[in-house]
Amino acid sequence: MTHAPLSRRQMLTRSGLIGCSLAASPLWTPLSLANAPWQGRLVVIILRGGMDGLDVVRPTGDPAFAALRPTLAKGDAPLDLDGYFALHPALRDLMPLWHREELGFVHAVSTPYRDKRSHFDGQDLLEAGTQVLAGAGRDGWLNRLMQFLPQVEAETAYGIGQEPLTLLDGAAPVANWTPDAALHLSPQALRLAEQIMKSDPQMYAALMEAQLLSGAQPGAGSGKKGPAHIEIAKFAGDRLRGPARIAAFSLNGWDTHRAQARTLPRSLGQLSDVILTLKQDLGASVWG
Amino acid sequence: MPFTPEMAERRFGYGLSPQIVPPSSVAQMLSGLQGADVMAQAYPIPGFRHIQEQIVYVRRFSRYARKNPETEAGQAAEQKAKLARRALFHDRQRWTVAALQRRIGTPHAFRERLIAFWADHFTARGKSGLLRAAAPAYLEEALRPHVSGKFVDLLRACVTHPLMLHYLDQNTSAGPNSRAAQRPDRQRGLNENLAREVLELHTLGVGGPYTQNDVHELAKLLTGLAGTRDYSFKFRRNMAEPGAETVLGRSYDGPPGLAPIHAVLTDLALHPATAAHIARKLAVHFVSDTPPPDLIEDLQETYLGSGGDLMTCYAALLHHPASWTTHAPNIRPPDEFVGAALRAMAVKPEMMEALRPAQIRRLLLTPMRLMGQAWQQPAGPDGWPEDDGAWITPQGIAARLDWAVNTPAQLRPDLPDPRNFVHDALGPNPPADVVFAASAAETRADAIGLVLCAPAFQRR
Repeated sequence: MTHAPLSRRQMLTRSGLIGCSLAASPLWTPLSLANAPWQGRLVVIILRGGMDGLDVVRPTGDPAFAALRPTLAKGDAPLDLDGYFALHPALRDLMPLWHREELGFVHAVSTPYRDKRSHFDGQDLLEAGTQVLAGAGRDGWLNRLMQFLPQVEAETAYGIGQEPLTLLDGAAPVANWTPDAALHLSPQALRLAEQIMKSDPQMYAALMEAQLLSGAQPGAGSGKKGPAHIEIAKFAGDRLRGPARIAAFSLNGWDTHRAQARTLPRSLGQLSDVILTLKQDLGASVWG
Repeated sequence: MPFTPEMAERRFGYGLSPQIVPPSSVAQMLSGLQGADVMAQAYPIPGFRHIQEQIVYVRRFSRYARKNPETEAGQAAEQKAKLARRALFHDRQRWTVAALQRRIGTPHAFRERLIAFWADHFTARGKSGLLRAAAPAYLEEALRPHVSGKFVDLLRACVTHPLMLHYLDQNTSAGPNSRAAQRPDRQRGLNENLAREVLELHTLGVGGPYTQNDVHELAKLLTGLAGTRDYSFKFRRNMAEPGAETVLGRSYDGPPGLAPIHAVLTDLALHPATAAHIARKLAVHFVSDTPPPDLIEDLQETYLGSGGDLMTCYAALLHHPASWTTHAPNIRPPDEFVGAALRAMAVKPEMMEALRPAQIRRLLLTPMRLMGQAWQQPAGPDGWPEDDGAWITPQGIAARLDWAVNTPAQLRPDLPDPRNFVHDALGPNPPADVVFAASAAETRADAIGLVLCAPAFQRR
């Protein structure tokens, strides 16, 4: 499928800010999913810590680049993208997607946040999608998006991980799960658990959702598990093949303060694995 | 003032234990903070020197093995290094057990809660190699001795500890005009990580009156704080930025050394924004996610008035009526929940001590991870979230239920009678529905699990 090339401005005005990162991500990264009445799939992957965009998509055609990034230019040669930009070699497995015009980049985008360079505030602002952080009760842009769309369904909106992404916080319902959790309780015990948690609405809601998700999960608790990021991607792919249309989750480890040449490739490898796993799991009919 | 022993244990401790008499007054809770550290003696955890010794040992044998790969001596050396590494990581798990045993057995649970609170505030982790086992040692020597003193001493000990310097990349931070930065062969630049987190997390808080310029200046001021290859603390003059730096309008000058660093830490510790930040954190952690403003103000004034004396602040917290009457109780985070559950069950020391590494993982570490909290491994220097919503998720609740129903029998094979356990765990007036569930459950394990997952036990 070919598309007329999107200018950066068009992309930004059409899709709004592309969000990133939230503080304090746990090992099992939160994954959130929602139904919607369209066929496209939206997957938002939040790279926690702040990825160095200049190193991932390098403006090698800019004469100032080599002088400003002398040490990072060493190592394997980057992969040319369009004669001006070149891709970090650790993402070489994604080059076929670039050649098929399935992959694009929006470079040099930022929120207005300049202030104290707090990882956490900066990331929260990206997920809130607002100019400033309001205070208590902020919601995320993806949730606001869902609120504007008709027929966004409740029961399959869920997140995977310990905490909801701010991205998905708000009035539209989202839940949390992980492929590894399942409720191993007898029906009687579950009934009694419901009874004792009824007096605590917050806990009760979480318990009811847990039962729902535990039942809905394919191959719950089966066999060997791969690395966490692959499992999350597989789970997302599986749900997106079904009724889900929106998924959002995060990957850790992008805060490369030093020895970036050594640490960034690892994270890029994970990102590459995740994208290729999603493509594979979604299959040709969904991926296009 | 509505003090009850049960609430003192629940809100400011790790809950009731059938074997330990709860405190009878606020005065007793406070004096417990200042007596001998009985739990540290009963369940010892070594200091950082032990970690350093293992690092040196493993490094020496690894190096020999690398240089002599084919020889028998080289292979023996490789084996020695491997065993030492494994032993250290096994020790790490035993120290986790020791920390839990302190929570199970202590008559002064407020102290253990405070240590958990400050450990979160001053989060530091090893990011590589054997340092990944170092957090307990850091807590033992930098944190534990200072939680009842002045905040500035706690701040200084934690911020300058080798593990913190490693965690926030201070070891490689060189001032732009330092001698180290002038060397053409090695790239050395300023690293702002520690300075930023000192201002944002440890002292003023992210809403505080500092700017990016202050972060930059503080980073220059902190240059020189570093460690040796063996992670002993060493002030490195050749990395220190010469000249004065201005942080928050004050100039810090003098020959490069610890004196200006101690001076800025002292000023930060006594700053009104720090008082507000610490006051809010204490109120949120112990009382409620939305604490009454007068509680925060009281703590803030007490902090400032006492020059950041923590005992005085704790007294203010415990004497404020809101601390006892506020009915929006926080959920226990997983490590606290597990500690309280083990305490309520009075799990025997012999049982805890006999746990092998695989069991520690299966029965304690993995369940906590599924509940959302990898033990002592928060994702960032800002530690674990306080917001209840972060913990009360479908996965979190499922993991708590699973653990509560399936694990206690493995740690206490002779499970208590559930009708007694309701009182062991919840005191003299447990909610009627919990009493009912405890007797209606099909099995003893189910009943114990249900009591442990009751909102009355989950929240405090």
